[in-house]
Amino acid sequence: MSDITVSTPGPIGMITLRGAMEVLGSVVTKVTGCALPERRKFSVSGAYAALWMSPDELLLVCDHDEADEIAKRLTTELGAAFATVAVVSDARAVFDLAGPEAHRALAKLCPVDFPRLAENEVRRTRMAQVPAALWRHGEGWRVVCFRSVAGYAERLLTNAAA
Amino acid sequence: MSMRLATGGRVIDRTRPIEFTFDGRVMRGYEGDTVASALLANGQLLMGRSFKYHRPRSVVASGAEEPNALMTIGKGGRETPNVRATEQLLEEGLEVRSQNAWPSLGLDIGRINDFGARFLPAGFYYKTFIHPRPFWKHVFEPFIRKAAGLGPAPTRPDEDRYEFTYDFCDVLVVGGGIAGLIAARDAAADGARVMLVERGPHFGGRAVIDGDVIDGQPAEDWVKAVVQELAAMENVTLLTRCEGSGVYDHGYVLCDEAVSGPVRQRLRRVRAGHVIAATGALERPLSFAGNDLPGVLLASALRDYVVAHGVSVGDRTVIVTNNDDAYRTAKVLIEAGLRVPAILDARTEVDSPLVSEVKALGVDVHLGRALAKVLGPSHVSGVAVCLQAGEGAVMQEISCDCVAMSGGWSPVVHLWSHCGGKLFWDEERAMFRPDPNRPPTGADGKGFVTCVGAASGALTTAEVVASASNGTPPEVEPETTTPIAPVWIMPHGAGAKLRAKMWLDFQNDVKVSDVRLAAQEGFESVEHAKRYTTLGMATDQGKLSNINGLAVLSERLDTPIPQVGTTTFRPPYTPITLGALAGEAKGDLFQPLRQTPMHDWHVEAGAYMEPVGHWRRPYCYPKGRESHAQAVEREVKTVREALGMLDASTLGKLLVRGPDAGRFLDMLYTNMMSNLKPGRCRYGLMCDENGFLIDDGVVARIDEQTWLCHTTTGGADRIHAWMEDWLQCEWWDWKVHVVNLTEQFAQIAVVGPNARKVLEKLGGMDLSAEALPFMAWAEDELGGFPVRVFRISFSGELSYEIAVAAGQGRALWDRLMAEGQPFGMTPYGTEALHVLRAEKGFIMIGDETDGTVVPQDLGLDWAISKKKTDYLGKRGQMRPEFHKPDRWKLVGLETLDGSVLEEGAYAVARGTNANGQQNVEGRVTSTYYSPTLGRGIAMGLVARGPQRMGDILRFTRIGKEPQEARIVSPVFYDPEGEKQNV
Repeated sequence: MSDITVSTPGPIGMITLRGAMEVLGSVVTKVTGCALPERRKFSVSGAYAALWMSPDELLLVCDHDEADEIAKRLTTELGAAFATVAVVSDARAVFDLAGPEAHRALAKLCPVDFPRLAENEVRRTRMAQVPAALWRHGEGWRVVCFRSVAGYAERLLTNAAA
Repeated sequence: MSMRLATGGRVIDRTRPIEFTFDGRVMRGYEGDTVASALLANGQLLMGRSFKYHRPRSVVASGAEEPNALMTIGKGGRETPNVRATEQLLEEGLEVRSQNAWPSLGLDIGRINDFGARFLPAGFYYKTFIHPRPFWKHVFEPFIRKAAGLGPAPTRPDEDRYEFTYDFCDVLVVGGGIAGLIAARDAAADGARVMLVERGPHFGGRAVIDGDVIDGQPAEDWVKAVVQELAAMENVTLLTRCEGSGVYDHGYVLCDEAVSGPVRQRLRRVRAGHVIAATGALERPLSFAGNDLPGVLLASALRDYVVAHGVSVGDRTVIVTNNDDAYRTAKVLIEAGLRVPAILDARTEVDSPLVSEVKALGVDVHLGRALAKVLGPSHVSGVAVCLQAGEGAVMQEISCDCVAMSGGWSPVVHLWSHCGGKLFWDEERAMFRPDPNRPPTGADGKGFVTCVGAASGALTTAEVVASASNGTPPEVEPETTTPIAPVWIMPHGAGAKLRAKMWLDFQNDVKVSDVRLAAQEGFESVEHAKRYTTLGMATDQGKLSNINGLAVLSERLDTPIPQVGTTTFRPPYTPITLGALAGEAKGDLFQPLRQTPMHDWHVEAGAYMEPVGHWRRPYCYPKGRESHAQAVEREVKTVREALGMLDASTLGKLLVRGPDAGRFLDMLYTNMMSNLKPGRCRYGLMCDENGFLIDDGVVARIDEQTWLCHTTTGGADRIHAWMEDWLQCEWWDWKVHVVNLTEQFAQIAVVGPNARKVLEKLGGMDLSAEALPFMAWAEDELGGFPVRVFRISFSGELSYEIAVAAGQGRALWDRLMAEGQPFGMTPYGTEALHVLRAEKGFIMIGDETDGTVVPQDLGLDWAISKKKTDYLGKRGQMRPEFHKPDRWKLVGLETLDGSVLEEGAYAVARGTNANGQQNVEGRVTSTYYSPTLGRGIAMGLVARGPQRMGDILRFTRIGKEPQEARIVSPVFYDPEGEKQNV
């Protein structure tokens, strides 16, 4: 599988939103243009992506430098609604796997039925011994895990892609 | 002597010779050979020694069920013990070694056990080695361990690569014989995503060996065509050398795949909608005296060697059977130019075309006859013939060098049974078959495993294809056969002497006499008899022996076979190596280690790291030739006198927010959190429902609806889950969100009298005692870094904990380290942290607590709200046990001579308890050398401790006399708290 490359894109902005989906959806659309994603899916608008994480949680992906500003606007827009906005960009490590066969490397680590994963599906899963989330990105996959295990995750992915 | 036949061998390539070594001797085989067939071809009949009696053994089978021919393959980092020679494919330069023989395979001193066999009956170990007890450890065990055993475990690290893959399919077909191929083709035609796994290197199973005719073509051609058809389909995955090893709940199936290439073995973890077990059947041996001698093997296995590999086991083969199938072996042998002097058929009447055909070839068929015993001594030299109905009186002897036996067939029902599929006993076929009405059921209550082909109990090719197809089955000529006559011992009336030479379990050396003895001694349950005799407990898990063994048990107990039942079928079908089970998890992928943003700095600074959960944290930073103790002492003193810095990033940071957050935290902590003012911090305790202390930490109120709860390092994930548990399951209508921000922030503790100076040097915010008093926090910029500064102290010194986005943690750390140099800055590790907190009498979760300690035991009554109507643990703490006057409570301890108490030492009390053990009245929970005070300090829990100030207790020391220590206040340093509040 030598045609699979593992790379670490620069820091990426990530914002966790908790609250009722319809409340979060309208605010996210207003601030970023992203439609409210369906269950287990993600939606994209320009440089933004909104990812469905759980029945009351979204993850908004944006430029790293922009995250604080976006979070502030989301908080303002949410006003008195029962919702929580938290920047989590630095809590995460991000990897990109490129190559048409990249899912084969991931299938060694994650119990995911890749051929049946929808184009715009985001999957929260387990990558060997750590939690991870993944979705299609360009010609490959974007994988997110916790920052503290970035070293382990990179070795895992490189080993699986070898 | 070569036993390779001049022609034949459908799986070997005679143009590709391969050299290998067996016990150091160079031998030759062909590509396509197994180690077993190559050894036979080289005239090497002797392949191993039995486990208990060290009897000489050769192959009895040709596949997964082989009990005897276990080899150690490879060497060094590529050594694998207990590999079945019948399944190991020959490779160039393969190193094969025999096992369980000393000093050598040919001359084995352990064989002496055989002559003493009457001294080693069932349960011998249990009976003999119980008394005298010391004899077991010093005399019997070392001897038995040397004499009995399989291949030794490899001692070198495994050099090979292993991996998992996660596969998904609608239909998983296990077994690539004709039944599996038909089932896969039918499922694929319906559009299902199909995986077909075959454990051997070839598709087609027995049909190809036995020359079946399907759809008017030889089986070989038919199989080739179907495999091609399947391979061309997008929705079908075909795999050979991949065993369906175990079926688990929810259609989870473990498949063990042998791979050639950089990866040696691949464990496929398959989630299947439906499992079709086309796993075939195993031929049963017959139990006659001497059935374990080299040269005696299963009739079907002999066909395999002749047809597939072009090797013979002997020139003259006597066939002994109770069913028609073994007659095929006669045909095969005669076609190969070998002799069959006689067929001994235990049945008295036989009338089927196959038998007539064999008779027409000139073979003498003796009906109603049995094999009285095999003539040896070390391998087959002939057989003694008797009546099956009699007691073994020898009627004639026939000279031969091979015996082919067939006791009937047992469907491979393992995969059906792993998840609870039930069996029924088919009297006519003398076999346990899967009961289609009682399959293993999935979440929908429906069966998720189906057995087809021989695995379902089909005996003829016509039955096999009919059972496997859900459409129109391929055309196969129906066959007329004479039913099997169940034969469990041969001859029927064999006496004790013959029974003691009839092997049931070849690998564990269990004989008919052993099972009968177990029954006689009261081990009537099949599971008890199994464990008492070790029948079926070897690495082959009784594939050949279980049915014969339980039939012998059933006869001895006069209980029908179905009532005796089978032992439990457990995965995996054949042993899986530990390397395959570990997958990628070895070396630096063995376990994920968690690293803080400053981890690399610690490593470069020469920190000695210690594990804290999955984290690695600096324990201390030794300079030059400093010992760890010296480094800790220096770090503690520097913090007390000047300035130190600790990486506190691992502390849990849970954001709790919402209109009900205050109410929620009031329930979780023992003290009030709802009345904390924004901008302020408060230390809090968390208890479980029973009142026991489970975590502690500082809570900061961020704004009206938001709190940030710090947990212990080990508590971050646990307390997050604990909060979610209460919110999701109990207080689901409370409006509270919890977000785990532990990894979002790096946290740096800047500690010591010079702490404010260094922060002011970075500048950007007001850090004066007025602007940021003790137990306050502020959000601002420090030296250009956006930070939250918490003025909290776990050391008793002036102290700030600075949280910064993790991505900037290292930069801030570097900056503080540089700017701190003029003020005597030192990094300090977890051990200095512990000493500093112990000097102040601060408790540590996990040291002062162990799941049995309530906060009141630790003198933390001040942190328990008396006003609140409820909090988690309040009711538990009302239990009378916690209010007993002699409860062990927290005190400080100092030795009279200034030395350090031992970790976990107990305070000795008068007398002994009911078990004759020394009474105790307390124990040490934390103990350190205090560099600040220049002597040992400790905390401990002592009965009525706080009321006994000044009392002297005696604490245990390992290997020494107890040590005296005085009860004192647990706060050893700055009891007024002046230093932290400046």
